[in-house]
Amino acid sequence: MTSSWTLSESDDIAELVLNVPDKRHNVLSWEVVGELDQVLAILETRSLRGLVIRSGKPQGFAVGADVHEFRRVLDAARAAELTRAGQMVLARLARLPYPSVAIIHGPCLGGGLELALACSYRVACDDDHTSLALPEVKLGIHPGFGGTIRLPALIGPLPALSMMLTGRGLTARKAHKAGLVDECVPQRYLDAAARTLLRDVPPKGRAPWYKKIPSAPFLRPYVGAYMQQRLKAKVDCRHYPAPCRIVSLWARQGSFEAEALSCAELLVTPASRHLVALFELSEDLKRRARAHAHGIRHIHVIGAGVMGAEIAAWATLKGFQVSLQDRAPEVLARGIKRAHGLLAERLKGRAAEAARDRLMPDMRGAALPKADLVIEAIIENREAKHALFAQIEARVPDRTIIATNTSSIPLDDLAAGLSAPGRLVGLHFFNPVSKMPLIEVIGGMATTPTALAAMRSLAVALDRLPVDVKSSPGFLVNRVLMPYLLEAVVLAEEGVALADIDAAAVDFGMPMGPIALADTVGLDICLAVAQTLSAPLGLQVPDLLARKVEAGLLGKKSGRGFYHYPRPRTFVRARPPTDPAIGERLIMRLVNEAGRCLRHGIVAGPDMVDIGLVYGTGFAPFRGGPLGYAEALGAGEIASRLTELAERYGPRFAPDPVWSQEGVLARPPRDL
Amino acid sequence: MSARVFIVDGARTPFLKARDEPGPFSAADLAVMAGRALLARQPFAAPDLDEVILGCVIASPDEANIARIVGLRLGTGFAVPAHTVQRNCASGLQAVASAYDRISAGSAHLVLAGGTEAMSRAPIQWNMAMSRWLAGLYRAKTLGQRLKSFARFRPSHLKPVFSLVRGLRDPVVGLSMGQTAEIVAHRFDIGRLAQDSYALQSHQRAARAQADGVFEGEIEPIYGSEANYYGQDNGVRTDTDLEKLARLRPVFDRPFGNVTSGNSSQITDGAALVVLASAAAVKRWGLPVLGEIVDHAWAGVDPAQMGLGPVHATARLLAAHGLGIADLHHVELNEAFSAQVLACQAAWASPDYARDELGLEAAPGAIDGARLNPHGGAVAIGHPVGATGARLVLHLARSLRDAPGALGLATLCIGGGQGGAMLIRAGGAP
Repeated sequence: MTSSWTLSESDDIAELVLNVPDKRHNVLSWEVVGELDQVLAILETRSLRGLVIRSGKPQGFAVGADVHEFRRVLDAARAAELTRAGQMVLARLARLPYPSVAIIHGPCLGGGLELALACSYRVACDDDHTSLALPEVKLGIHPGFGGTIRLPALIGPLPALSMMLTGRGLTARKAHKAGLVDECVPQRYLDAAARTLLRDVPPKGRAPWYKKIPSAPFLRPYVGAYMQQRLKAKVDCRHYPAPCRIVSLWARQGSFEAEALSCAELLVTPASRHLVALFELSEDLKRRARAHAHGIRHIHVIGAGVMGAEIAAWATLKGFQVSLQDRAPEVLARGIKRAHGLLAERLKGRAAEAARDRLMPDMRGAALPKADLVIEAIIENREAKHALFAQIEARVPDRTIIATNTSSIPLDDLAAGLSAPGRLVGLHFFNPVSKMPLIEVIGGMATTPTALAAMRSLAVALDRLPVDVKSSPGFLVNRVLMPYLLEAVVLAEEGVALADIDAAAVDFGMPMGPIALADTVGLDICLAVAQTLSAPLGLQVPDLLARKVEAGLLGKKSGRGFYHYPRPRTFVRARPPTDPAIGERLIMRLVNEAGRCLRHGIVAGPDMVDIGLVYGTGFAPFRGGPLGYAEALGAGEIASRLTELAERYGPRFAPDPVWSQEGVLARPPRDL
Repeated sequence: MSARVFIVDGARTPFLKARDEPGPFSAADLAVMAGRALLARQPFAAPDLDEVILGCVIASPDEANIARIVGLRLGTGFAVPAHTVQRNCASGLQAVASAYDRISAGSAHLVLAGGTEAMSRAPIQWNMAMSRWLAGLYRAKTLGQRLKSFARFRPSHLKPVFSLVRGLRDPVVGLSMGQTAEIVAHRFDIGRLAQDSYALQSHQRAARAQADGVFEGEIEPIYGSEANYYGQDNGVRTDTDLEKLARLRPVFDRPFGNVTSGNSSQITDGAALVVLASAAAVKRWGLPVLGEIVDHAWAGVDPAQMGLGPVHATARLLAAHGLGIADLHHVELNEAFSAQVLACQAAWASPDYARDELGLEAAPGAIDGARLNPHGGAVAIGHPVGATGARLVLHLARSLRDAPGALGLATLCIGGGQGGAMLIRAGGAP
């Protein structure tokens, strides 16, 4: 017996329970996998009717490999060795002389699912928490314990590739329909279902013939080529090699050895290193935020415009009691429509009804006395907000936290409108709320630490990453993004083709080009933010932007901005940049501003700058964020490139003093 | 000694006139929207309730014991019991009465009571012949049996049963509700002009009350998923007059009758809820008191003259407390039909009726017209059958709140030949 695995036997059936000590979830570290090997050595000698593998954790089955260990693996050869060892253990499990069944409840991810795939059968719990996925691609790698081989054989190549390429999870019911699990039953029948499988020993699951058609030897290369082509329309294989590797492994009928080698190579790429680091940072951020209980049940949102309605809908979706207030019934009605639409996209039937019931339209603010948190999302006007705060304060209990979604008014100015300013926190959501995984949490001078801690914890409960930001113009994300957007407009003014501007950014690794982004956000909003930031940040706002807004060309929402809408595709395919200076100018202004934020202490260190920009704007995650990029180039190189740009294009490129500071990009060491 | 029962607050949805198609909200949706707003402004939370009691006449097939559904959707939690009552047109009043009885007996302290109805969504059902045919088909095992069963199908099986139409018909005397109104109109010689004039007054009073903001705080605006919202009862007409009303044809006794769609109550969707509390609950939560329920009474009459039910129930209730009609400061008498309201007035004024039917020596006397339905009634506002009783109690209590100690009466006629009445005293701290 080992510390993680507990083996017992009764009626000729062995039960193996996985319960990794001192962890919330079962993580398959090298040690845990090694221990499984020892257990299998015992099991091989036994003469049994079957083996049941289950998790001893109420939270779920297993969440895959231990990401922390990835960083300790320094070279591809060592990585391949470890991966091969894992493959051997699972092969041993698959070769047992009697059938085995995995009982799956809760998350069953990555290596956890590969473990289940090595069993003869799988039984999954029919509830909302159970999810089966191979999310390795999100960390820049692909399954390494036989997943790329066993999954296509079990459910057919196309569904298997789709699971591995997107990293998306299947519910137990969908997994059953796909043939990934043999039974999908309520929790009370998991054991009975597993034992019935071991008693009856039905033929092992295999993809039906029609799902295997693309695997036919004469078709496989063509299907593979077609998949590669479709993939390239979505991701850039130079930036993200893992998805392309997944397809080519399948197309070439890769062996276990090929899988191990490929996975090992990916593990040590900078892209994977950055993605893993970001993942760890965000998990760490969440863990620390969660340590403080938010104590919030009822959220009252004031202002039923796009932002307010989406915040209300999102909070409702995440299980909070929500009331949405607006003075104008028509605005409130449109806000409720928007919120109901968002809920309908994600919930069905009774769950959708329950969510609608949790969201109360509240024209008069009747729910204020019961609100634990009030979020203000009305117009950006100091006096209006002050007046509103006075009304709120008169009706809420003392414990109620008041949050503002302002993006431009300094928090301390707003706090002046409160008799208890300690309760005011800035909660800056990004548009669209349902898609942007970041919230900037802003404290003013008076804001109490408890209120801030509660808001960080709340952000995590809303499935969002909280980044602490000092109250200053544009906070972090808008401030760093704005010079980049304005440079794009300058380029457009100079007559550079819009498509070339966007292509340069996409080529660098941005999710969409700056011109398309400005159109999506709305040029009026861009202009307003640019104007507020121009004085404090010394930004020049190009005339072109103001001219567009004057002409009523506001972007996507008005049908025309820089581009005409609807456009056939918003995605600009990466292509070799026409002029390397375009991308350079865009990115360097962004990086320079990111450095300045670091120097001004807008957030706590380079990690937070990168988290903010990656999760707030989609800044090339494989580069580890703007400062991760700067780190790769070196601060000196950044400074000299900026100096060169400043000489050619003007002082807006003048390198910030931060780049000449010693060790400015050094990050605090994280414990392994 | 029975415990005192207080009405502390209440809310209702706007009443939405049915437009010949299923309305935007189910009966449960309506009750949840009214209840959610009502509970939001209480110092207590939904799980603090002792019970939820709702009236509902024609619930949809997935709304069995609708009170429980509404309770759970409002977040009472599993532990708060709920039941649904059915007394036709007075179901909402019955719910309030049942809640009163529970608190009065000391077995509950805080009850959410009221009623809800989505008449526009009344189910349309298969007829019995269709049910038998389907049963035969399900029972058949062999192919031969199946074919034989299948062949028994007749086109008449497709004839639907409109539960709303059936529900508004008395199966014992074989008369529609409208016909019973024609009967009492004929008995008391109430002509077309009198009926139409009363209907017009109802619309005018309701319209003025809307303009004056009388329903502010009583009606909670409701919102649908399509940016649709409703802030007021939408059956109230400001564009009608006697000439227009006179042009309408009789609906129930064609061609000679006088009861038209214009002088009858409207088919409507809506919900109304009140919170009733014992003295202990009022103290515990520091609740404001709108009024106190003094008592309620019920009486049976000839189903063919069901419209006279209020006369009998009221007589019983007033006699029990030694009161006369003149002691009532405000009366809400449900306007099922203009003819029926006027018939009640005539019956109260009639010494013969008092002697023969009520066993009284003198006529109680008609109600002062200014005190009777001063803000309009069901002819203008609508009559969602399960909800109306609760609306009358709520509106009565709110209307009386500035006249502490004043007495008010809410009364309805009930299909099947009954009357219900509830006596309320304004204000009054425990």
